[in-house]
Amino acid sequence: MTAPFTRPKRKNPVLRTRLPLPPPGARSRAALGLSAAAAMGKFKLQVCEACRCVQYPPREACGSCLSPRLRWREQDGFGELLADTQVHLSQEPYFRERAPWRIGMVRLDAGPTVIVHLHSACGPAPCRVRVGARLDKAGQGVLIGFPVDEVANMADDRQLREMTCDPKFRKVLITDGKTAVGQALARTIIAAGADLVWVGQAEPWKRSAGLEALSALPQVAIVPLDLTDSSSVVEAAGSIGGRVDILINNAEVHRTYGISARNGTDAARLEMDVNYFGLLRLAQGFGPAMRGRAADGAAGATAWVNLLSIYALSNFPPHGTFSASKAAALSLSQALRAEMRGSGIRVINVFPGPIDDEWNQPLPPPKLAAEALAKSVVSALKDGVEDVYPGDVAQEWLARWEENPKVLERELTA
Amino acid sequence: MVAHDDVVVTAPVTVPYSRYSVRNAHWFCAQALAGLLQSSGLPKSEIDGLCVGSFTLAPDSAIGLTQHLGVTVRWLDYLPLGGACGVVALRRALRAVQSGDAEVVACIGADTNHVDSFRQTLESFSVFARDAVFPYGSGGPNASFAFLTAYYMRLYGATREDFGKICIAQRDNALAYPNALFKKPLSMREYLEGRVIADPIHLFDCVMPCAGAEGFLVMSRRRAENLGLPYARVRSTCERHNAFPEDPIQMRGGWVLDRDRLYGSAGIEPCDVDFVQTYDDYPVMSAMQIEDLGFCEKGAAPEFIRRHTFTTEGSFPINTCGGQLSVGQAGCAAGFLGLVESIRQLSGRNLARPVPNARFGLAVGYGMITYDRGLCSAAAILSRADA
Repeated sequence: MTAPFTRPKRKNPVLRTRLPLPPPGARSRAALGLSAAAAMGKFKLQVCEACRCVQYPPREACGSCLSPRLRWREQDGFGELLADTQVHLSQEPYFRERAPWRIGMVRLDAGPTVIVHLHSACGPAPCRVRVGARLDKAGQGVLIGFPVDEVANMADDRQLREMTCDPKFRKVLITDGKTAVGQALARTIIAAGADLVWVGQAEPWKRSAGLEALSALPQVAIVPLDLTDSSSVVEAAGSIGGRVDILINNAEVHRTYGISARNGTDAARLEMDVNYFGLLRLAQGFGPAMRGRAADGAAGATAWVNLLSIYALSNFPPHGTFSASKAAALSLSQALRAEMRGSGIRVINVFPGPIDDEWNQPLPPPKLAAEALAKSVVSALKDGVEDVYPGDVAQEWLARWEENPKVLERELTA
Repeated sequence: MVAHDDVVVTAPVTVPYSRYSVRNAHWFCAQALAGLLQSSGLPKSEIDGLCVGSFTLAPDSAIGLTQHLGVTVRWLDYLPLGGACGVVALRRALRAVQSGDAEVVACIGADTNHVDSFRQTLESFSVFARDAVFPYGSGGPNASFAFLTAYYMRLYGATREDFGKICIAQRDNALAYPNALFKKPLSMREYLEGRVIADPIHLFDCVMPCAGAEGFLVMSRRRAENLGLPYARVRSTCERHNAFPEDPIQMRGGWVLDRDRLYGSAGIEPCDVDFVQTYDDYPVMSAMQIEDLGFCEKGAAPEFIRRHTFTTEGSFPINTCGGQLSVGQAGCAAGFLGLVESIRQLSGRNLARPVPNARFGLAVGYGMITYDRGLCSAAAILSRADA
């Protein structure tokens, strides 16, 4: 079993905050395929289309038959740990301050020998292990050797925690506590061990029974937060911004209109004001402090979650203006991801299909329940995944989009 | 054509090592070339071939060096092959002299070491290392050889004491060699108590990256004799790259494929070799080379080590000037160190303690861990002029 992660001591505010330093992040273009797969929670290696030979390290042509037709394919990761070591003396400051760092050499059953970060529960070599891929603090895909069988507190491994954003003992801001999704997120993340959850409340004069019930929980604190109001965002950032470890931006406005169903731009403007400018305001208000605290102790700032929509990938005309605002938010989140990457804060984008709420009332099932969405967000944090497509509709749209985005556009606009 | 047998190596030169240097690799190359001219008495204009091994010349390569050093050559080679570049340079130069493409080839291995340049070399050493090794703990070669050492110890029952015996003997050899960076005797206790770097690699298993250069001249025997230069003969050489890619972890090098031809061409057996300059970046590699070059069976090196002594007067002298473990690892110069020391031992130009009555010496090259194993293996058998 893995030693359980225990509550970190309260930080002495006089002491210096450890600055975030990334591990080596340079990669060849070929190797970025590993990162792209790990971002979606998958362990993929290049496989030669011509001779089926599995390749590693990533390359431009098959090491066996020289075919350039290499495709990234999911791997089960089983293999034999040949040797392991603890690196006590590293060349990089990131590893020096986290030494000793355990690594291993694994012969995959699929063929290649891989070098991995090694989970503490893996026995000394030789033994069977299962290799998986995660994103490291540089935001790049790396391989990790796990024990074949689940052990207690597996997620609490010190090295693995560097690759994930586990909510345990962390402080979380959920930007909108009035929606069913916001309330489900708060409950789920508290169940996952979060220490404190701030839930944002715009327009406090409007009562919300769900929010009132939520605020009875000891871990929950209500904060006034209106994403359409810059000074509200600045004020909230000033009061709690230096303590937020995980920010979940679930505030959204959703009006089910296409272009010609309505005159004027008021509804579309409101959608943009919350879904796009709201994100921009939040990023400017909370981003810098979170970046600065990305290596602040064992449970420092770690993740930024954006609730987008599967319609961000390709416009769904009956929800045309909403789709456009989510596409804008997706684009902005990529800029945010780039700005956060140097610190190690992970930007997680969630692309749900239609949520089972009043604005999706005309749509047929399946629709995503708030609890299911919340669960997938917490799983993404625990697994360190960067892009999440929860629910059957999102998975189906994603598959169609990955196959051919132009064909999907035609299908949606038929 | 000059007969293969009639090509010789001479003018062994070492530019003394330093832990760090503010000079560039060009400075070390220039000092090495100046040393070669001084040692041979030749004017610069007589050098018509140049072969350089270096990691730190960038953005220059050998061609930029010709203008930098003001040499006009008709044969030029650049070999950033790390631990193998000395033997490979010798092989290339030998063929050039043999075929008449050049008459006098200067072979130089030189690297500088600035503060932080070792880390920079590691992080961009190869595409595979950058993508698939360095992000994993950034331990550099210490971590890579920790895997090989751990596996070897488990498979063949080697102990830390076995590796320590080699390191201690080399340190003893180094005490008599003026260019060694390490000048203090090493005891088994100190070796065993050296701090852990990446288990089972401890401090005294590791080489010290440093700045320095080594060089020698390759020419015909007649030329050397006319110049009155003491020389060593080149009896046989081999190189092999990316041998045994199917092995899951490196437990043997390419020498296994080439050793019969190596000894056959030289007309000797392993037992005729009077000393071996192993490529000793880590003691486990010395053990593998003892096996792969035919001095004992695979896996028998631990027993071989327990049976033998390795100082210059020992039953199996290795790394007679101290090797990299005690002299320092000056980048590509490390690939020349064993050859240059062999030339000295066999041409009566000793700086270190001489191996008594040495007639045949074996110098080994190994290196270039671009991913999980050293890709290059090379070896050269040299002999005394009269052997």
